[in-house]
Amino acid sequence: MQSLKKILLGEQGLVVIFALAFVLVSITVPNFLTERNMLGLLQSVVTIGIVSCTMMFCLASRDFDLSVGSTVAFSGMVAVMASNSTGSILLGLLAAITCGAIVGVINGVVIARFRINALITTLATMQIVRGFALISSDGRAVGINDPAFYDLALTRILGVPAPVWVMGLFFVLFGFVLNRTVFGKNTLAIGGNPEAARLAGVNVVTMRIWIFALQGLVCGVAGILLASRITSGQPNAATGLELSVISACVLGGVSLAGGRAAMTGVIVGVLIMGIAENVMNLLNIQAFYQYVVRGMILLLAVLLDNLRVSAATMSRR
Amino acid sequence: MSDFLQFRALSKGYPGVQALADVSFGVARGAVHGLMGENGAGKSTLIRLLSGDQRADAGDILIDGSVQTYASVRDAFEAGVIVIHQELQLVPELTVAENLWLGRFPARAGVLDRKRLLSEVGARLRDVGIDVNPSAKVASLSIGERQMVEIAKAVMLDARVIALDEPTSSLSSKESEILFSLIARLKARGTVILYVSHRLDEVFRLCDSLTVLRDGKLAAHHPDLSRITRDQVISEMVGREITNIWGYRARLHGEVRLKVENLSGDRLPRPIDFEVRAGEILGFFGLIGAGRSEMTRLLFGADSRRTGRVVIDGRAVAPDSPPASIRAGLVLCPEDRKHDGIIQSRSVEENIAISARRLFSPFGLVQPRKEAELADRFIGQLRIRTPSRQQDIVHLSGGNQQKVILGRWLAEAGVRVLVIDEPTRGIDVGAKSEIYALLYDLAAAGMAIVVISSELPEVMGITDRIQVMCGGQITRQFERAAYDEREILSAAFPDTRQSLP
Ligand SMILES: Nc1ncnc2c1ncn2[C@@H]1O[C@H](COP(=O)(O)OP(=O)(O)OP(=O)(O)O)[C@@H](O)[C@H]1O
Ligand SMILES: [Mg+2]
Repeated sequence: MQSLKKILLGEQGLVVIFALAFVLVSITVPNFLTERNMLGLLQSVVTIGIVSCTMMFCLASRDFDLSVGSTVAFSGMVAVMASNSTGSILLGLLAAITCGAIVGVINGVVIARFRINALITTLATMQIVRGFALISSDGRAVGINDPAFYDLALTRILGVPAPVWVMGLFFVLFGFVLNRTVFGKNTLAIGGNPEAARLAGVNVVTMRIWIFALQGLVCGVAGILLASRITSGQPNAATGLELSVISACVLGGVSLAGGRAAMTGVIVGVLIMGIAENVMNLLNIQAFYQYVVRGMILLLAVLLDNLRVSAATMSRR
Repeated sequence: MSDFLQFRALSKGYPGVQALADVSFGVARGAVHGLMGENGAGKSTLIRLLSGDQRADAGDILIDGSVQTYASVRDAFEAGVIVIHQELQLVPELTVAENLWLGRFPARAGVLDRKRLLSEVGARLRDVGIDVNPSAKVASLSIGERQMVEIAKAVMLDARVIALDEPTSSLSSKESEILFSLIARLKARGTVILYVSHRLDEVFRLCDSLTVLRDGKLAAHHPDLSRITRDQVISEMVGREITNIWGYRARLHGEVRLKVENLSGDRLPRPIDFEVRAGEILGFFGLIGAGRSEMTRLLFGADSRRTGRVVIDGRAVAPDSPPASIRAGLVLCPEDRKHDGIIQSRSVEENIAISARRLFSPFGLVQPRKEAELADRFIGQLRIRTPSRQQDIVHLSGGNQQKVILGRWLAEAGVRVLVIDEPTRGIDVGAKSEIYALLYDLAAAGMAIVVISSELPEVMGITDRIQVMCGGQITRQFERAAYDEREILSAAFPDTRQSLP
């Protein structure tokens, strides 16, 4: 019992849970372990996966971002509308990424410079940006004119869809940034103790703005890929994304108290979220129940985080 | 064996560390018992076992002959055991009175009895001789006042056993005196007091008996403290002789390195001026609240200044920016290690490298091998007790955490001015003398060093010059040749006519 607890709450606990769940699901759920379903699964987690990369930084530095879902929808919208009107996909993509980054910078400046609570700030921008998405499209989906835009999501490299590659690339890139750069180390230090980090010469305000800016930029990328996959800009796309992303991060061992994060954990967290959804679809479980399950996964994740923290600091207060 | 409090073959291990191994000793009723040992020797661990916060791996604690089986802090309360930890445990957002009642609020039918809450606490505080407002928020109190509140809590509960873990490390001398008279009163009541401290003076003054721990084992037990000497205790703790803790070495002083002109800020309204030369160690002495820490924070840019200039080697340092100060070669090792120093949930290695790494991380890419080397160097040099450099800093003992923070600033290359606020708070005697030696080396290499300390012997022992602060102003200056304990103290007191202890 004691050692089981140790394994589950330890560094590799999540990987163990994941491996067990994967084997179990492969055996019991028909059509799960097929190439087709696996690729579908990966493709379905692209948005969550990409946004989780930067959400990890955000949480690791003790911040919080609820505006990611709206930003993904809005920048997807911008990508479609801008490329439709200019006739250039490239310009559309640039516009989308820029818009995403602007939302991020605004979040960052308000939170870090004006010291407004991150939860409140991003709750506000979440609604404002969603509003923009709806206003700009008059509440309707906007179709893509140039079919080349679809190809972004359809292109396959070595049989694997391009968005999955992008997600993999982001995992590698942000994993590297977290562990091997001063930026990553400073992010974790800010999460561990912001005041001590500041006195150690870390420019905390600038760092936090950068983290939010990156978050927005990455949401831009996710928005583009999503728009391409659903062949249109949808003002209501990616609702509730923030919750899935935060769940995935917390499941993956990113501490809500800051200072602790690992890319491998987040990847596993993302896959767990994806598998849960995928299995429910395969088993034809009604969409309504999926909310319940998603909520329960989030609760479980926070509970696990709590247990992990208290196991780590049990002795020292 | 008629000892009131007994420890029998107590052992406790953490991953990678045997913090306590087979420790047995007893304390008589009404005795003040000292507990000493190097940083990481296991003192706080023993106290934590006594407090019910943690369970021993093996062994027993006996009170009045009966084995205690309590499993929580609450159980320990019931058994009459109160522990005041090294890191304070008050809830900052609650008032003094609420903190004192925490866990057993007076209530009638579930409704808080506010009047009783305040009145009883007020009476108790006055009783004990503590001058704080019961309805003040704890967050608004100084560290010293918070400590007194914790002690008041122990007194209120009529404890049979009180353990104090380094209680004076953040008290002013006046507050310490109040604490000592409190201890004397408790002792007269027959309370057993376990007293952990690194200060030999205090231990010899207060304690009747003493236990020395080393590497988690019992190194010595002295039922009668009047029969041994301080040097003997030091060598039992450290395992070698230390004849002169300060080991002061005179140095030549060069040009003026640091020039502070007209410095003032919100919490230090009256401007301050001073200079430090290369190779010089300047001490700031004063009572808690004299404005020394405020001055260092303004100097370093941790707080924003109202007026003033800080000049290093003829060049003004950009104001209000710690990174700019560090780049200009001005570093500050802050006073409050828990709030301003340690970076929780990160390793010893990262805590040491956080600032210095910018010097050897090309294009912002960290160099794990160099960081490991750096960490190992300071773990060795400062004798930081940790199972590995990867250990989360919160698992280190208090004194070892302090050494890590010190290491962080000593790791900075190119430091011209080193400001250390309470450099040896909670650090054991052996490590202290090594840290002093390190400071002399740094000064001899041309660094200007500013030391803030509330321990007069320390300031007098290691500095070349002392500036005394009182009420946010520099009141007097002493050259080493003219150091005089009474005069320095009298300059530090707000009203010099008030007689000294
Ligand atoms: N929760 C923990 N996890 C791992 N190791 C721990 C933990 N708590 C304490 N230790 C280790 O146990 C040893 C004893 O620590 P303890 O806090 O008892 O020392 P101490 O004698 O109080 O030292 P100091 O004088 O520095 O306060 C140290 O080596 C410390 O690193
Ligand atoms: Mg201790």
